[in-house]
Amino acid sequence: MEIRPILSAMLRNRTGAVLVALQIAITLAVLCNAGFIVQQRLDKMDRPTGYDAANIVTLQTVAIDKSGVDASQIAADLRALRAMPGVAAASPTPQLPLSNSGIGWALSPTGEPDDPDRVNISMYMVDEQGLDALGMTLAEGRWFGPEEVETATDLEELIRLPMPSVVLTRAAADKLFPEGNALGQTVYDFPGRSMQIVGIVDKAQGYFVNSQSAENSMFWPVLVPANDQQYYIVRTRPGERDAVLREVESVLLAGNPRRLVRDVRSLADVVGESYGNDRAMTVTLLAVMGLLVAVTVLGIFGLMSFNVSRRRKQIGTRRALGARRADIVRHFLLESWVITTVGVLAGTALAVGLSVWLVGSFELPKLDWRYIPAGIIMLWAVGQAAAYGPARRAAAIEPAVATRSV
Amino acid sequence: MFAYHLRLALRSLGRTPGLSALMVVAIGLGIGVCMTMLSVYALMAGDPIPHKSDRLYAVQLDNWDPNQPFNEPNEPPNQLTWRDAQALAERSPAGIARAAMSGVGVVFEVPDAPEVRPEIVTGRATTGDFFAMFDVPFRYGGGWDKLADADAAQVVVLSRELNDGLFGGENSVGRSVRVGDTYLRVVGVVDDWDPTPRFYDLSSGAFSPVDDAFVPLSLFDRHREDWGINGSVNCFEPPPAEGIFESECVFTQFWVELPDETSVRDYHAFLDAYVQEQKQLGRFQRPLNNRLSDVNEWLDINEVVQDDNTVLLGLSFMFLAVCLLNTVGLLLAKFLGRAGDVGVRRALGASRAVVFQQHLIEVGVLGAIGGVVGLGLAWAGLAGVRSLYADYERVAQLNLELVAVAIGLAILAGVIAGLYPAWRICRIAPAVYLKTQ
Repeated sequence: MEIRPILSAMLRNRTGAVLVALQIAITLAVLCNAGFIVQQRLDKMDRPTGYDAANIVTLQTVAIDKSGVDASQIAADLRALRAMPGVAAASPTPQLPLSNSGIGWALSPTGEPDDPDRVNISMYMVDEQGLDALGMTLAEGRWFGPEEVETATDLEELIRLPMPSVVLTRAAADKLFPEGNALGQTVYDFPGRSMQIVGIVDKAQGYFVNSQSAENSMFWPVLVPANDQQYYIVRTRPGERDAVLREVESVLLAGNPRRLVRDVRSLADVVGESYGNDRAMTVTLLAVMGLLVAVTVLGIFGLMSFNVSRRRKQIGTRRALGARRADIVRHFLLESWVITTVGVLAGTALAVGLSVWLVGSFELPKLDWRYIPAGIIMLWAVGQAAAYGPARRAAAIEPAVATRSV
Repeated sequence: MFAYHLRLALRSLGRTPGLSALMVVAIGLGIGVCMTMLSVYALMAGDPIPHKSDRLYAVQLDNWDPNQPFNEPNEPPNQLTWRDAQALAERSPAGIARAAMSGVGVVFEVPDAPEVRPEIVTGRATTGDFFAMFDVPFRYGGGWDKLADADAAQVVVLSRELNDGLFGGENSVGRSVRVGDTYLRVVGVVDDWDPTPRFYDLSSGAFSPVDDAFVPLSLFDRHREDWGINGSVNCFEPPPAEGIFESECVFTQFWVELPDETSVRDYHAFLDAYVQEQKQLGRFQRPLNNRLSDVNEWLDINEVVQDDNTVLLGLSFMFLAVCLLNTVGLLLAKFLGRAGDVGVRRALGASRAVVFQQHLIEVGVLGAIGGVVGLGLAWAGLAGVRSLYADYERVAQLNLELVAVAIGLAILAGVIAGLYPAWRICRIAPAVYLKTQ
């Protein structure tokens, strides 16, 4: 196929071709960068939590007055929850995992106040059923026995209670002891308490989904009944979750009606809500990307249709001189390919420029270069698909057109 | 002439309905996407209290860790300690309106109506000046005075919503609610009030709904063992045995109203003197770093507009650019397609200026129709944004101003897109077209 006639035909309507090439350039820049952001958000939301989130029911009780804010109330609630049919395990907790609300703490291997190796960590306070209630996997060492569960009489005491044993996530343990020998070691927090690492769980994400240290968590067996608000984590057996969701409020209120039970929902819902902004960003970007491709298709389609209608006579002449229908189709597809290619070349520069702006202004990571060839291939395909209809119509032009005067 | 051109424009658009529809869709999509992002952005970046935002100042004191700042490079904490906020509320020079505040979480019951379900209240403990400073409108009653602050009076101001829930929306002034065994007398009910962003306390989300109820800060102080703090609490060292209210932990906000630059300078000096005095007591070990930020500076410092929204706004303008390029291409095709007509008109005496004008009017009409379509799309887009973002219920709204901006932007976009094609068409040589006809 000769490219010369295509080029000379195109040059007769330069402006139209340039306009479409520009559209393709901007489209490529936006597609690559938006697609890259979308992939990062999807990866972020896809991280394993370490919890059996789909089978866990969470809820909060709020005392109406000070009656029933003590350790015996928590014990009674746990008895009631654990006695429910379908419940595998239950534990109290001051806040829910991945809820964007919780207690941040810091540990260090030396306990020096300005230790550069201090590690930020989410502090979970659960009881002996915590491991089971969250559905975590113990990798090394042990979990806590019931005799280890302490009770803090108020929030201030929490900071002064000794912490003999803690369980860490693998990520936190490796951060503190990069050689991987964390089990059995002593670590320090910043009120200066020392504690022994008695167990390591594979994975247990922290309270804050956007945190740099989302994989660092520690577990401490302690109850904090001083607060008038108390969360519970209730792990249900497969298939029993919805029944427990329905029944749990009345079970707890039967024990003590002078309180409110609220936010009864699965841990998966809690996590989903915490990722709300990321999900919204993903959906919005995908919508913009989709519309953008649609508009670009319209642009290519419009240009090609226009070219076909303007060149009816030339096409007829070519047909009369022996060009087959397939030659005509190929002519227009190639023309579209040339325009798309010019567009994506300019678009590559634009995509890099846009990425530089995003990296510079918003602390986003640098665009992964592989998105550019992927975008180019996609736009080539889009260009061919959009030109196919007009090309077919061109091929349908009768050779006899050439013989007519108008 | 204008009416004639308008008629020509409509007829011309009607002659190529497919092409016209394509252009309207292209402009409409561009405007729709842009307006959706722009309205979210505009409301996020908006001034929540425009007529006095330059007179209200958030106070920051740097009581943080001597070894490291609250935020790099040397930012003071974004909240105050309880005792500093109380001290500033008490000691600020007379005549300066001030509001110390902290979020508080309690449960309200209506003692004389036991059938009403108790409500979990996300409230605000503050000082009496709060209502006048922030222009809080009242439906019933009003706030409380300095005497009530001094006495820790058992009074409460309800939001309209909470008043609806507890008292069925009636005038509840004089009635009581109970928190534990404490009775609070309702003195006021706030009317619809919805500062967006909720500038006076950004610590628990800039787009959180306004508080359910307001009580005197001194009353919270009296019940601080029983009532819960609602908001974020930050500590750089463990609180002492006396508890968090006597600690260096920050969870309190403090605002003052300063009418002019002199008073800002004077107040700054007052803050410095206060911190110097506290330094004598061994507190505030970092260098003097007190800040006074007016409302808009405060929103900036706290990065209320999220990066995501700025990125989306930028991308949506690129989207609009693609839509416009598209429209230019389509217009060019359309105009050149009827070059024959124009040739005849030119030969019959129409000047270039008239031809140019006629085509610009045509694209103006296209732009306006595109704008209306775009508004519809923006309305749908905002509904989508509201369903996606739990917090944006009040952010994602179209208002009259934005409607005007949308239509204006659409017509402008249409005309910009039409300039080149109109110029091209008015410059054709009539003779060529007359010959081939």
